[in-house]
Amino acid sequence: MWRYAIPLVLLAVIAAFFYRGLALNPSYVPSALIGKPMPEFALPTVTDAEAKLGSRDIAGKVALLNVWGTWCVECRHEHAFLLKLAKTGMPIYGLNLRDERPAALDWLASLGNPYVASAFDPDGTVAVDWGVTAAPETFLIGRDGKILFKHISPLTQQVWQRAFVPLIKAQCGAPDPGCPQLAALGAQ
Amino acid sequence: MTRLVAIALVVLVATALRAADVEPAFDDPALNARYWGLIREIRCPLCMNESIADSGAPVAADLRREVHRLLAEGKSDDEVKEFMSSRYGDFVLYRPRVAPVTYALWASPFILLVVGSLVFWRILRNRSKQPLGEDEAS
Amino acid sequence: MIPEVGQFALILAFCLALIQAVLPIVGAARGRAEWMALARPAAAGQFVFIAIAFGALEYAFLNDDFSVLFVAQHSNSALPIFYKFTAAWGGHEGSMLFWITVLAIWTLAVAAGSRSQPEEFASRVLGVLGIVSCGILAFALFTSNPFIRLTPAPADGNDLNPLLQDPGMIIHPPMLYVGYVGMAVPFAFAVAALFTGRLDKNWAKWTRPWTIAAWMFLTCGITLGSWWSYYELGWGGWWFWDPVENSSFMPWLVATALLHSLAVTERRGIFKSWTVLLAIAAFSLSLLGTFLTRSGVLVSVHAFAADPTRGLFILGLLAVFSGGPLLLYALRAGSLEAEGGFKLLSREAFLLANNILLVIAAGAVLFGTLYPLIIDSLGLGKISVGTPWFDAMFLVPMLPLAVLLGVGMHSIWKTMSGTPLIQRLIWPAGIALALGVTLPLLAYGKASALTAIATVIALWVCAAALLEPLRWWVLRRGAPLTRAQLGMCFAHFGVGVFILGATFVSAYTVETEVSARGGDRFQVGGYDILFRGVKPVESANFTAEEGEFELRKGGRLVTVLASQQRVYRVQQTPTTEAAIDSRLGRDVFIALSKPLGDNAWSVRIQVKPLIRFLWLGPLLMAIGGLLAISDRRYRLAARESAATRAVAAAGTT
Repeated sequence: MWRYAIPLVLLAVIAAFFYRGLALNPSYVPSALIGKPMPEFALPTVTDAEAKLGSRDIAGKVALLNVWGTWCVECRHEHAFLLKLAKTGMPIYGLNLRDERPAALDWLASLGNPYVASAFDPDGTVAVDWGVTAAPETFLIGRDGKILFKHISPLTQQVWQRAFVPLIKAQCGAPDPGCPQLAALGAQ
Repeated sequence: MTRLVAIALVVLVATALRAADVEPAFDDPALNARYWGLIREIRCPLCMNESIADSGAPVAADLRREVHRLLAEGKSDDEVKEFMSSRYGDFVLYRPRVAPVTYALWASPFILLVVGSLVFWRILRNRSKQPLGEDEAS
Repeated sequence: MIPEVGQFALILAFCLALIQAVLPIVGAARGRAEWMALARPAAAGQFVFIAIAFGALEYAFLNDDFSVLFVAQHSNSALPIFYKFTAAWGGHEGSMLFWITVLAIWTLAVAAGSRSQPEEFASRVLGVLGIVSCGILAFALFTSNPFIRLTPAPADGNDLNPLLQDPGMIIHPPMLYVGYVGMAVPFAFAVAALFTGRLDKNWAKWTRPWTIAAWMFLTCGITLGSWWSYYELGWGGWWFWDPVENSSFMPWLVATALLHSLAVTERRGIFKSWTVLLAIAAFSLSLLGTFLTRSGVLVSVHAFAADPTRGLFILGLLAVFSGGPLLLYALRAGSLEAEGGFKLLSREAFLLANNILLVIAAGAVLFGTLYPLIIDSLGLGKISVGTPWFDAMFLVPMLPLAVLLGVGMHSIWKTMSGTPLIQRLIWPAGIALALGVTLPLLAYGKASALTAIATVIALWVCAAALLEPLRWWVLRRGAPLTRAQLGMCFAHFGVGVFILGATFVSAYTVETEVSARGGDRFQVGGYDILFRGVKPVESANFTAEEGEFELRKGGRLVTVLASQQRVYRVQQTPTTEAAIDSRLGRDVFIALSKPLGDNAWSVRIQVKPLIRFLWLGPLLMAIGGLLAISDRRYRLAARESAATRAVAAAGTT
């Protein structure tokens, strides 16, 4: 009777999903904000407590928002690359997470400051709005202020080329004040 | 010199503020029960399958604080969960949304029960027609 | 040197397993007695070599041999010697060796205990166990070798995970492994029967005690896991529907169905295809669990380090050990059908409903556990299915099951009329209804509909289970109970106790998290708690801050509790050791959580009513199982077969 074959069929289906599952990463959670406008915020900066950095300052151009902290060991690994990027004219804004100002200033002074400005978020409230779980995380923001991409873990040359550049090129067909210099990017 | 004192004060104040990092539980038992229910239903986005109630991760502490703030502002349970899922995705909801992607999930136990009942009746009907057989010793 | 001996012993064990796997089965098919006779010696030899291998691993641990990679990863010279011993199963490779050792012990037991069975059957059973052994040994040798050396050898090791440095480590994994590896035994019996296509009441009689034994250990193993995570993990929970937890629970559900189905097969010779399928399913779910916990396909705190290569190998094992028998089942189950009628309210009907409902429960748990993976594989996003879904959905088959449980116990074989059932059960039902609704209200002043229903059902099951024993002992009416019947009453009573505990803990736990400084007082759940403050504590491999709490009720001091926030020196991970005051009626759970600065500490306080019932219930179930196995008819059978062997031996001298 065919009904005795049901358990075997069930096993085959489950095994197929398991086989597929071996190639997936169950801990990787993509950002829920892709395609949505970036969360509005206004925070004091790390360097100057009087000055403010907010979503309004970032809007209108293709930019990166990089989440960092002095407690974050992995952030050191991407710092050199961020400095290189900044030199090509790519605007990088920082979100300094769960940190203390003196330590953060020290870090920027000794390792270099790739950021146009860094927002100071000691209790992570703004980070929650951005769906940040830890550092380092880097967001790519489009000209219209929408979030195009989020990368978790240190930003490297390969990730930049593979994931970020195509998205920037898609936004920036022709030269535009809101776009970074594509030639410089292409040379990276 | 004044700059140094200013920085020192900022640091001191910042540390003192940090001491109030964990908000006390709600005095109102109903709110307290809602708070605990919610932090158990929200998944820590970073951890190996823990709710934000049980996790020691900093992001979990931040999220608990947000839940506390939202409840204090009078938001409903659904609004709190919406806040979380709009930022971290449905991944952080331990109670899956009832949506087309989860219809099969929510329906499955009931469908299984219906199928099981049909199987039961069919087998019973067949067996009632069969002879009972002689009595046997235990 | 010793680790190499261990490795070599494993290879020899594999060779013997191959012999045990192939020759007895072929011998049974061809009637070659000398090949069938190889089964028992091969099993014995396999056991000896596996024991040597396991001994070699323990030797490496106890002698701090950090040149062995596995020892370096999971031990440390400062680790107390007790934990050096248990660390052998604290990681993937060692726990696989442990899996193999447990299987070898079960195989040896079957080899010894199967002498009353016909040789062709016993050799097939041992052959199947040999095949399983081969597969797992191959897995260990090719992907999970615990004897791999690390050169240069480090000066010291990484230390055992602090969460595992606890007495629970000595008992929970072993019990659990004995239980779900033990499911291989009824599996082997079932496959052996499918080889011949014949299955009779004797088969059920032989299979049943093994099933009950494995089921008992699995019950204890799961319960110990729940109890251990409650007091060790520091957050007061007892079940999380975590994929690894579910991996042990699904085989349990199916095994429970199996042992009930075996009762029908033994008695009436029917439900044969159900029983065979359940036996195959129970072990398949064990293997599936092994896959889930070691492949990295699902996320869990309990999972071993993920490795897709290993995952692929286990998937292969699953395909062979589960797919093979299921294919055989698809081809042969039709011929197992036997005639045997029964009517609506008969015991068979209730046991059929029992089978179906337990399978639904296992199926629902499986579906919920795998759903995130299914959705992700189909590219539909990342979702989570957690406690709220499982808690709600598990009740769908289980509440009806509990209700039917009370009735089914009192039904008789073949046919039963409604009137005597109602007459018998009206009193327990009435008492359960009355008490179930009023007790929660009296105790707590409020009860949700679900709480009331669940309490009524729990008391109903308890009352129905106690009916026969009470009638005999108190009223001296009816027949004396056999051990098997008494076991059944104990086990079912345990189910009621468990449901009662689960209901009250879920509905009436009082919990809070406070910011506490020395001298602060709190009122939680009717208790006054005074926080005396923290003091530093030093131990061999950790330092801790210990908080002392005075627990008072109505002004009277109940006890003083101490909770620690420990930092283990090597791994530098902070862990919380909760302080628990346990009484039968409630636990008071206090956990010193983390420092908030300025001498304040975050403290979690919970009062959990009837939580001990959660573990008392399954303990009663296990005792019920023990009573059932020790029933006269098994002891008689053992004596008979011993006598037969003695006569045969005398005849040949």
